[in-house]
Amino acid sequence: MIIYLPIAEVSVNAFLLLGLGGMVGVLSGMFGVGGGFLITPLLFFIGIPPAVAVATSTNQIVASSISGVLAHFKRKTVDLVMGGVLLVGGLIGSAIGIVIFNYLRAQGQVDLLVQLCYVVFLGAIGALMFVESLRAIRRASKPGAVPMRRKHNWVHALPFKMKFRVSGLYISVIPPLVVGMVVGILAAIMGVGGGFIMVPAMIYILGMPTKVVIGTSLLQVIFVAAFTTMLHATTNQTVDVLLALLLLIGGVIGAQVGTRIGLKMKAEQLRILLAMLVLAVCGKLAFDLLVMPSELYSLGVRGA
Amino acid sequence: MMIRLIALLLLLALPAKAEEIVLGLSRDAVAITVTFQGSDIIVFGAVSRDAPAPQDSQLGVIVTIAGPDEPVMVRRKARRMGIWINTDAVDVSAAPSFYAVATTAPISEVLRDVEDLRNRITIPRAIRAVGATVPDSAAFTDALIRIKTDQNLYQMLEGAVQLDQDTLFRTAISLPATLTEGDYTAHIYLTRNGVVIDDYVTTIPVAKVGLERWLYNLAHQQAFLYGLMSLAIAAGAGWLASAVFGMIRR
Repeated sequence: MIIYLPIAEVSVNAFLLLGLGGMVGVLSGMFGVGGGFLITPLLFFIGIPPAVAVATSTNQIVASSISGVLAHFKRKTVDLVMGGVLLVGGLIGSAIGIVIFNYLRAQGQVDLLVQLCYVVFLGAIGALMFVESLRAIRRASKPGAVPMRRKHNWVHALPFKMKFRVSGLYISVIPPLVVGMVVGILAAIMGVGGGFIMVPAMIYILGMPTKVVIGTSLLQVIFVAAFTTMLHATTNQTVDVLLALLLLIGGVIGAQVGTRIGLKMKAEQLRILLAMLVLAVCGKLAFDLLVMPSELYSLGVRGA
Repeated sequence: MMIRLIALLLLLALPAKAEEIVLGLSRDAVAITVTFQGSDIIVFGAVSRDAPAPQDSQLGVIVTIAGPDEPVMVRRKARRMGIWINTDAVDVSAAPSFYAVATTAPISEVLRDVEDLRNRITIPRAIRAVGATVPDSAAFTDALIRIKTDQNLYQMLEGAVQLDQDTLFRTAISLPATLTEGDYTAHIYLTRNGVVIDDYVTTIPVAKVGLERWLYNLAHQQAFLYGLMSLAIAAGAGWLASAVFGMIRR
C-alpha cells in the first residue's frame, strides 16, 4: 500500500514504514533505547528528506519514551528531581541545537554535521559499551570477583550541591545541567532522544544507580523530544504526522516482541549486541564520508 | 536548402495560422490523495486546417508539461581533510520542479535551435541559471538535469508523440508520485521543418486534497496546533502501548 506523505511530499510503501518502525521497536524493547539513532539514518535511506526525517523521529521518540516511562513509574524507578534538572539543561540545549541546525541547513552542511555527530558519538559509545560488556562477561566467568565500588571524582568538588533522594546522591547541579544540555543539542541536530548518550553519562559521570537511570533518562527524553518536535514544527514545518503515525504503530508492536526477546537474554549479551549494532551503524556512516560518493552533486533548497 | 527556403516563403505567404491545434486532455486537474501513486496524463488533439496539408515539409508536434518553477541550490562535494563535504554551490534561480518533453521525432528534426532558444522547450533551456560564481557552472546544471532525470522528474521522450495522417496526435506523460503542488503548464507546439507555427497552452492544477490538504495547511498555517496534535498522537500511542502491555502481562 503506497501512501503519499503530506509534508515529506514523497510516496512510500506503508508496510515498509510499519516494518521499519517494528524492527526498531524490537531493538528498542530489547535494549531500552529510543531507537532514534537507527530510525533517522534508515529514513534517509528510503528517501525521506533529511530535515523531515530528523523532525519526525523526535515525534516518534516521544511515543516510545512515554510507553517506557509509564512502566518505570509503576516500579518507582524514576528520579523526578534529577529528571527536572536534566530537563532544564535539555530544553536550553534543544533551543541551541535548533539554531545550529537551521544555520547549517542554510549553509548546506547539515547532512555533514548530522553524519559527523553520528560517527563520533556512535563510535565512541559503541566502543565503550563493547569493551565494558566484554569485561563484564569475563568477570562473570571468573568466580569471586569483587564488583567495582563507586568512587568520589571531580564531580563531587563542584559547588551548588543538591540532594537527589531517589538516586541517593548529594552532588552539584552543574554536571546534570551540562549533561542535559549536551543531550538537548544532539537531540535537535541528530533527531534522537539522546538515550544512548544520556544513559552512560548518568552512570559514569553522575554516578547514578543503574536501576533509576533508564526511567529518569526516558522521562527527560520525553520532554526534550516533545520540545524539539514543537520547535521543528513551528520553525521548519518539517514534522510529518502521517509518517510518525506509521512508524509508531510498527514501533509499539515491535517493542512488545523485543521486550520478550530481551527477557530471555543476559544483560552482558544484550549490551554487547547493542554495542555491535551501534558500531555497525557508525561504520556504515563513516564509510559514506570517507569513500568517494557515486553522485558528487546534490540538490537543495536555497536559504531554507 | 532551396526547397526549405521555398517552403518557408510559402508558409510566410499563407494567412496566419493555416494550421491550428485543437486539444484535449485526459484530465484537467490532478488530485494528490493519501494513496497517490503518480498519474498519467494523456494529451491528445488534432491539427485543424483551412487548406490541404503542405506535402513538402515535415510536420512535428512537441508536448511539454512543466511543474512550477522553483529555485534550486546545486551543491558539489569535494574531499576536504579526508572526508567528502559540500564545497561549491550554484544557485539555479528557477528550474521547473517537473518537466517532460515529448516529440513526434528526434528533437533535432522537429525543432531548430533558434526556436528552442525563443520558446525554451528542451530541458536545458527550461532551466534558468544566472549569477553562477563557479567557473564550471555548466557541470552543475548538467548534474541538476541528471539527478532530476534519475528521479523521473525530468523526462525527454523523443518519438513518444504519435501522429496519424499528419492530423491526429496523442501522447501519454506519466507524472511520478513525488510531485509537488502547483499549476502545471501543458504546452503544445506545432512545427513545420523545425519552425513553430502554432502553440497552445493550458494549465493543469495539481493539488493535495482531503487529508493531505488539511494536514499540509495545518502544518503551515497553524504550526503550533499541528505540533501539539503530533505530540498528542505520540502521547496517546505511547500510553495505549503501555496499557496494552500491562493487560497482556497480567
